[in-house]
Amino acid sequence: MFISISTTGTAERPATDLGFLLHKHPQKAQQFSTAHGVVHVFYPEADEQRCTAALLLDVDPIALVRRGRGKGRGGSPDFALSQYVNDRPYAASSLLSVALRTVFRTAMKGVCEQRPGLAEQPRPLTVRLPAVAVGGGERRAPEERSLVEQLFEPLGWQVTATPIPLDESFPSWGESRYLGVELTGTLRLAEALQQLYVLLPVLDGAKHYWVSPDEVDKLLDAGEGWLAEHPDRALIIRRYLHRRWSLANEALRRLELARLAEADDAEVEELDNAVPTEEPDSAASDSLAQDNASPAEGPEEPAAGADRPVPLAQQRRESILELLRASGAARVLDLGCGQGELVAALLKEKQVTEVLGVDVSAGALAAASRKLRLARMTERQASRVRLVQGALTYTDARLKGYDAAVLCEVIEHLDLPRLPALEHAVFGAARPGTVIVTTPNAEYNVRWETLPAGEHRHADHRFEWDRAEFRQWAERVAANYGYTVALRPVGPQDQEVGSPTQLALFRIGTTQGTGPAATTAAAEPATPGAAAEPATPGAAAGPAATVAAAGPAATTTAAAFAGSTDHTERSETR
Amino acid sequence: MTDPTTDQSTGRQPRRLPVTDLSLVVLIGTSGAGKSSFARQHFKPTQVISSDFCRGLVSDDENDQSASAEAFELLHYIVGKRLAAGRLTVVDATNVQPAARKQLVALARAHDVLPIAIVLDVPPGVCAERNRQRPDRDFGDHVIPRQHRELRRSLAGLEREGFRKVHHLRGVAEVAAAEIELEKRWNDLRDRRGPFDIVGDVHGCRAELETLLTRLGYQLVRDEQGRPVDALPPADRTAVFVGDLVDRGPDTPGVLRLVMGMVAAGHALCVPGNHENKLGRALGGRKVTVSHGLQESLDQLAAEPPEFVVEVQAFIRGLVSHYLLDEGRLVVCHAGLPEKYHGRNSGRVRSHALYGDTTGETDEYGLPVRYPWAEEYRGKALVVYGHTPVPVPSFLNNTICLDTGAVFGGSLTALRYPERELVEVPAEREWYAPVRPMATDAPGAREGRPLDLADVAGRRVVETSLHGRIAVREENAAAALEVMSRFALDPRLLAYLPPTMAPSATSRREGYLEHPEEAFFAYRADGVREVVCEEKHMGSRAVVLVARDGSALERRFGLAGPGAVWTRTGRAFLGDQELTGALLDRVRAAAERAGLFEELGSDWLLLDAELLPWSLKALDLLRRQYAAVGAAAGAALPEVLAALAAAADRGVDGLTELTERQRRRAADAAAFTAAYRQYCWPTEGLSGIRLAPFQVLAAEGANLAVRPHDQHLAWLDQLAAADRELAAEGGVEPLLKATGRLVVDTADEASVAAGIAWWEELTAAGGEGMVVKPLASLVRAAAGQGRPGGLIQPGLKVRGREYLRIIYGPDYTEHLDVLRQRALGHKRSLALREYALGLEALDRLAAGEPLWRVHEPVFAVLALESEPVDPRL
Repeated sequence: MFISISTTGTAERPATDLGFLLHKHPQKAQQFSTAHGVVHVFYPEADEQRCTAALLLDVDPIALVRRGRGKGRGGSPDFALSQYVNDRPYAASSLLSVALRTVFRTAMKGVCEQRPGLAEQPRPLTVRLPAVAVGGGERRAPEERSLVEQLFEPLGWQVTATPIPLDESFPSWGESRYLGVELTGTLRLAEALQQLYVLLPVLDGAKHYWVSPDEVDKLLDAGEGWLAEHPDRALIIRRYLHRRWSLANEALRRLELARLAEADDAEVEELDNAVPTEEPDSAASDSLAQDNASPAEGPEEPAAGADRPVPLAQQRRESILELLRASGAARVLDLGCGQGELVAALLKEKQVTEVLGVDVSAGALAAASRKLRLARMTERQASRVRLVQGALTYTDARLKGYDAAVLCEVIEHLDLPRLPALEHAVFGAARPGTVIVTTPNAEYNVRWETLPAGEHRHADHRFEWDRAEFRQWAERVAANYGYTVALRPVGPQDQEVGSPTQLALFRIGTTQGTGPAATTAAAEPATPGAAAEPATPGAAAGPAATVAAAGPAATTTAAAFAGSTDHTERSETR
Repeated sequence: MTDPTTDQSTGRQPRRLPVTDLSLVVLIGTSGAGKSSFARQHFKPTQVISSDFCRGLVSDDENDQSASAEAFELLHYIVGKRLAAGRLTVVDATNVQPAARKQLVALARAHDVLPIAIVLDVPPGVCAERNRQRPDRDFGDHVIPRQHRELRRSLAGLEREGFRKVHHLRGVAEVAAAEIELEKRWNDLRDRRGPFDIVGDVHGCRAELETLLTRLGYQLVRDEQGRPVDALPPADRTAVFVGDLVDRGPDTPGVLRLVMGMVAAGHALCVPGNHENKLGRALGGRKVTVSHGLQESLDQLAAEPPEFVVEVQAFIRGLVSHYLLDEGRLVVCHAGLPEKYHGRNSGRVRSHALYGDTTGETDEYGLPVRYPWAEEYRGKALVVYGHTPVPVPSFLNNTICLDTGAVFGGSLTALRYPERELVEVPAEREWYAPVRPMATDAPGAREGRPLDLADVAGRRVVETSLHGRIAVREENAAAALEVMSRFALDPRLLAYLPPTMAPSATSRREGYLEHPEEAFFAYRADGVREVVCEEKHMGSRAVVLVARDGSALERRFGLAGPGAVWTRTGRAFLGDQELTGALLDRVRAAAERAGLFEELGSDWLLLDAELLPWSLKALDLLRRQYAAVGAAAGAALPEVLAALAAAADRGVDGLTELTERQRRRAADAAAFTAAYRQYCWPTEGLSGIRLAPFQVLAAEGANLAVRPHDQHLAWLDQLAAADRELAAEGGVEPLLKATGRLVVDTADEASVAAGIAWWEELTAAGGEGMVVKPLASLVRAAAGQGRPGGLIQPGLKVRGREYLRIIYGPDYTEHLDVLRQRALGHKRSLALREYALGLEALDRLAAGEPLWRVHEPVFAVLALESEPVDPRL
């Protein structure tokens, strides 16, 4: 990787002063060993008018990989570090940043003992970086400022950024994530070096292999005098430190999955996507994608007139909890528990004596375990909760004998042809007394302004059903397995498209085989006319409360719920 | 007892005390009765656990009575550990109180061993005198008389308490004269090494049994009425019956007469089945529900003389629940037995051996729901059993069920051991209508039960016929579970995942990391002369399942559709179903035109192939990694070179070497870009897509992957030719790509040279390289060649010099010395294991085994793919 720094001068202020400032003689080619390769410093031009210092970090990619050795068996380098094919030798990134700091340490401090005063004066500078890695900038619209401009212009640089195509033989592949960058400005050299030191890794923002325990200190040190005033300082700090997050994520990433992705010529993220990586830049635009996890969802809701709308995920949980309370369930399965939000909520319920959280993603389970602080629970608390890996396309003896199971935003993550396997595993084999299933209502998607038409709410959703499709499915499953089912909306109700989430409450038939009849009864309300108005938009607890209230002591809660369904269904069909 | 020796000191006959070699011996006696001396004299020090010793451990004082509770807890713990490990154990404590003994009996039962009591009944005066001589035993005078009273009170009830043997030694002299005689357990026939012929459930099918024994080489011996009463085994073989000789069938007495004769003559062993047990109780006059074919036995026996019935009763009474044979490597019992019960003795063990593990529930036919113990079995001994009728016997976790429902019109099956060969005789007719259809929940059922997590999750061992037991680690299974359940196609279609392949040994040749000569040499060393070099297509691996018609897959796989195309991890290759359908249409049409469905007698085919171009599937990877590296290099290096040139022009010294290296780097980067570009081209619909099948994996009833490669290539040439014809007729591009090949004789220098030249030609033209495979496909090492009978690598890839830039990085040729240190061992082992698992899946598919049996090795391949192996190999 390569960087050149040029300055211009006059007879009084010769350009060759650059040599003094950098503490590197313009007539010499010098070498410095660093951890990642040899750094060469030389001057392609050096006279009074123009002087250019060039720094070349001759990265040894194999040495780079070998530094990560010993993680795999037999000493073979493991995934991520095993990528002999990587851009580090060519593109400016955090490694170049380290090289700058190592070789120009004194210059970066602004010390120049041989020419006192020189370091304090701003100079006309041109910095050229033939290939700068810019992460996260690919999807930016062309008229938008590039991240390079955004970062450097406020510091007084003029920025010329030239996109580099991926491969001119395949124009359809588009631009690469590299830019040829030229920065021009009049700054103190020390300042320029500090800015480069901080901002190159910030630009990169992607995978890198450089960890340093005192990064915050280094950032504050190098950012002194300019970072505090930078309009995008928050972004800079986040991205700079985010790299540590991504390292943490990287460590959490399961190598086994990574290897499977590798065997399949696929991106790791393609397979290991159960836990969304925290990408600060995209937090705003991707709130939909984090439908399950992110409280940022609320503000997107069009119907939310209230000052502080309750996030949909929370409304879902509240609906589920209401129904579970009404069902009297004590031992509850959270099937597809993800990062354990519902598990946490269930543990707060007095009547719940045991929660078994099941997820297929070991990553999600690890995250759930962390968030629930399982390791720090008292024995009594811990005895109420267990998290296990399981897959709902397989029957699982551990799931038998529970009062209730919740599949909260789970079924849509399964390919449709695999759904019968889940039906068998849950309704046929595990057979909890109560099953609650929630899934998006596809009709409602038109109300999400940020969601392009025809797209799913989450990249991993394999399907999203409208209300008719969900009802059809639920009734078939109930009939097949001897359950009764009732449907209800969750979230603000829209006259035209219904609610964002739809929920089905299944109750096991008293005897097997009477299921279908009972289902029919529940699905087709016998007495029309008892219609109530739909619940207030945004107040998800409304219908649930009705359920609880409508349950006369003598009847079972299932019957009570079937009764309450009448009005919610009709309100939907209007 | 004929031992004439007498004890000199007393002049009395020594008292011999039989003690089962695995039992819990409980010494009972007052303080000072001499228990510790007795234990010391007759048992190994490690076999004896004394309460005093445990008191000492917890309190530093062997006589500290206040530490008794803790001491006994410790004693029970140690005893439990020893019994779990199958060690004879002696408890040295007074044990005069029933409560103390009760705990020990419970402990023995918990570990399914016999509790044995040895009472040292020594007069209290003697004990008191002995204690007086020991200064550490200064407890009161009242203690010994009390203990003695307790002991006397206990004596009569010891057997009732559960002690299976009680040895009562009266007085000092008897104690001194006693000798322990270790007895083998009845079920311990470990010294019988076989070979054995183990016969499944007969159920009165005498004719079939005669036929089977004859087929096994036994010579029937008949009485004057022509009834078989014995069978002489061939050579030194022994027949072993898994029980259920009786009930339901046409001639229970005939079967009993034959088997009883064989057992009496030492020609056979027999364990009891639940039906013998019940018949025995019925004959003994006990009240039993006469059902499940018992009536037939009773009726048939009623026609026999009473003395025969008495013999039958004695025979049934004498049957031992299960046998350990062949140094413990073989266990035979009726209904299966988990490892912890092997060689143990308890009501529970007997019940499990006879009835299996039932959940306590009954199914819709009123039959007990059986717990699938064999699925959890991880033991080293092969467990051979019967009891549950299965259509096809198959090994599962080192167990096999031999009940193939002879009486229900199935067949009578024997397993030759140690050959592991199955010999079957079809039933002459259905003698008895089954209550429940044979193919429901039993292992081996045709439809198979739905997949269960226990089939795949956790640490597992998969039995393969080619490579023995292959272990899957828990973390690898976990990753596979994630991919299989979230991303893969329906497991019913997913009958195969391609195994990984090892590269040839690392080449020492200047400029090369891989070169064909190492591959040829390796096969020659393994005794393989004929190998085929196959062109390696650089696309992405694809397994293609193609159906001949709309209902073919429904019939065979239980899932309708035109077929499927999947990747190495079982994911749909093309996200687009329409495109997949179009591709499958073309393959089907070509197979139809080529007559392959007819020739293979199948209405579906499973193909192993490469789907091109690489960019079709790997575009994201190409853009993020490969093209990106090329782009960065292309942008940076010219500027570096220009700067270096300018500096050199100024007369800066010492840059020559650096400049030269950067120049090479630029050239390498350009070569890298050129290398990956070869494998990228645009596609539009099917246009541009090429499918290069190189193996026909399976068709109905056949694992074709074990057929020679020239056969495969011939089939696939037909297929490609048919596709070309059809394409020409339809005015479209051909889809199928034939595979270039060259057969090489590894022992012929000229042939080897031709092989090398062919590879050089292929790779010079931009090819990825080639794969060298034994022409015969499946090859095992010959005697004297490595591990005899072991698998030989099914193929070795030899990748081209330029292609390897994509794998090892643009500059890899600069670092060959370092890269040559690559370790291939794990990759090779992985390749063999995955190959064996792949073939196992195809074998099971061909044999019509249930889904979960096919899924098991397929899943294991996926799991092994997540093992940490250098991904560049």
